[in-house]
Amino acid sequence: MSGTSGTYLGMPAFPAAARDAVRNETLRGNLRHATHTIRDKRAKAVAELDDWARLRAAGRDVKERTLRHLDHYLVQLEESVTAAGGTVHWAADAGEANRIVTGLVKRTGRSEVVKVKSMATQEIGLNEALEAEGIRAYETDLAELIVQLGDDRPSHILVPAIHRNRGEIRDIFRAEMGSWGRAAPAGLSDDPAELAEAARVHLREKFLRAEVGISGANFMVAETGTLVVVESEGNGRMCLTLPETLISVVGIEKVVPTWRDLEVFLQTLPRSSTAERMNPYTSMWTGTTDSDGPRAFHLVLLDNGRTDTLADEVGRQALRCIRCSACLNVCPVYERAGGHAYGSVYPGPIGAILSPQLRGIASEVDASLPYASSLCGACYDVCPVAIDIPEVLVHLRERVVEGGEVTRNGERVTIKPAKGHRGERAVMRAARWALDHPGALRAGQRLASRTRRIHPKRLPGPGRAWSDTRALPEVPAESFRHWWQRTRGGAR
Amino acid sequence: MRVALFVTCVNDTLSPRTGQAVVRLLERLGVEVEFPQAQSCCGQPQFNTGYRHETEPLVRRFDAAFADYEYVVTPSGSCAAMVRDNYPRIGAKAAAEGRGQALAEAAGRAVPKTYELTEFLVDVLGVTDVGAWFPYAVTYHPTCHGLRLLGLGERPRRLLERVKGLELRELPGAQECCGFGGTFAVKNAAVSAAMGADKAHAIESTGAGAVCAVDSSCLLHIGGTLARRGSSVRPVHIAEILAATEEEPYA
Repeated sequence: MSGTSGTYLGMPAFPAAARDAVRNETLRGNLRHATHTIRDKRAKAVAELDDWARLRAAGRDVKERTLRHLDHYLVQLEESVTAAGGTVHWAADAGEANRIVTGLVKRTGRSEVVKVKSMATQEIGLNEALEAEGIRAYETDLAELIVQLGDDRPSHILVPAIHRNRGEIRDIFRAEMGSWGRAAPAGLSDDPAELAEAARVHLREKFLRAEVGISGANFMVAETGTLVVVESEGNGRMCLTLPETLISVVGIEKVVPTWRDLEVFLQTLPRSSTAERMNPYTSMWTGTTDSDGPRAFHLVLLDNGRTDTLADEVGRQALRCIRCSACLNVCPVYERAGGHAYGSVYPGPIGAILSPQLRGIASEVDASLPYASSLCGACYDVCPVAIDIPEVLVHLRERVVEGGEVTRNGERVTIKPAKGHRGERAVMRAARWALDHPGALRAGQRLASRTRRIHPKRLPGPGRAWSDTRALPEVPAESFRHWWQRTRGGAR
Repeated sequence: MRVALFVTCVNDTLSPRTGQAVVRLLERLGVEVEFPQAQSCCGQPQFNTGYRHETEPLVRRFDAAFADYEYVVTPSGSCAAMVRDNYPRIGAKAAAEGRGQALAEAAGRAVPKTYELTEFLVDVLGVTDVGAWFPYAVTYHPTCHGLRLLGLGERPRRLLERVKGLELRELPGAQECCGFGGTFAVKNAAVSAAMGADKAHAIESTGAGAVCAVDSSCLLHIGGTLARRGSSVRPVHIAEILAATEEEPYA
């Protein structure tokens, strides 16, 4: 189970899951509307800044420098957090992180926790691990609440319930709120303000009762040991300040050296994610303070495949990600396939390069993710830390079809190619031979031209993938090569 | 001026008209065009599917085939981007694998001489009015690699705007991928087809009689999708529009 949430085990490969999603008209309508709205707003928010290109380059450089000296900054962070009254725990993988958090909660004697929206805790399957120990975790982000109440899975990093429309959310609230706490008011409509009010009232009793809060963090500042959560709803502020005990589970790549470095991301993250100049709530805390806030603070630093990813010279740029979701919102494949098809808590273009690195490519879905892209490059264009996602996708495709050396649990190992590429490999080799022997290529073209009258309109077998929806190109009477020879023969 | 035409394997085999149009256009502009017979494919389908090692002989072949030329002109945004972006990566990886500098040097020679057609016209020849005549309503689809990798920007549009008789229609959502993506078109056929259908719908909504682009491969996908829908909109490579004149009209 290391490195993956149980919820996602046994997921079908991307093409099969995407095929089902494409057929779902409601889903496609919800996604199209939501992604186009946020995509256009982001473009406007970014266009307001005349130094966007420099901010983007600065964000990339800060992350690169930090990752290059990650060992140094993590130790500095640990010292700062400890000096400020916090306790730092190191978790090599999901299992260890879950054991640490479960142990800490049990020691408080409580059987429920409130949660700030956190990708790291989803990545390790923390809610399920807590539930197995009799501890109930309440999600307090509105969209995460919708997902939790609907016994569903998130399909987007920033807007986890993007696949749901207002009517579906009203139905979920009406049916499920009662069994988790305060029921939805009678006659609840699908008016957004009414839905938000129902969630506020439902969540309020959880905030006021909670003794333990669990969060992730968007950033950790090494020089002072300060953690930062950026959010829109205020639920994060409640969870971070009201409980007696606060536990934060954070990926090791989230550290930045100084407050000066943080300043860059506080400009680029809100504009890239919610298309806001500034997000409504930015909560920052440094250890504990006697007179205010939690009395105990624990920071669980999560590796779970990150150090292995850092060892890969091309793939490591994925660790620069600040989880803004701009790449999801602009991706034409995500827009049609939806987040669930990616079989991971990290969907979309960033998920397609992150999941196969954090989890490896042993499973069918992970081996299919690097191919879940037309390589259109829109993701790279919008990425606020300039991750060249198409470059990493192609790099990982090579790992899938050729295998080779990778780092797993700190060791260099040689992996085999993923299954199911034997036929394709043979075709690629044959193509390489033909293309490297223009005589053979010419003969093939001539044969295709001479038989063109009898070419079928639709192809059988694997060719159907093309010809089911697209007419086949007609083979011309002669290739360009033959035309050139016939008309200009003497010239080279 | 003497240039080598890199026609690309797709144009050579499936769309020779595009190559012929480039020859006619460049010769009309006073350029001497040669077609080195040793050329084949840039290697993009192999490379982008993960078969980098199968691509290496094609990098060497490209370098050797065009060794004698200062300019290599190609009617394909994505093949030009393959050379410019990926040949250096292939060279660097081979060097990192301890196989010497030869591929990196081949890439180093190929990159600066390779131009996509509209780049060559606007940047090297310095022309936007190529004396073309095309009396039809046309919509322009900026293909992803031309748009985002090469940064062709307004070059194709500036050329089209100077074509006599041509009425340029705005394509809604122009910058969105058509869904071709090389082997993506068959590996993720359902998503590719859905993207193609949306693109075809946008093209039809312009009322144009033709959709043009700088890449024949994308046009095969777009044209195939339009044809299967029973649409009368024709896919036309930009070279064929720029090559057409009143004396020798598009046929």
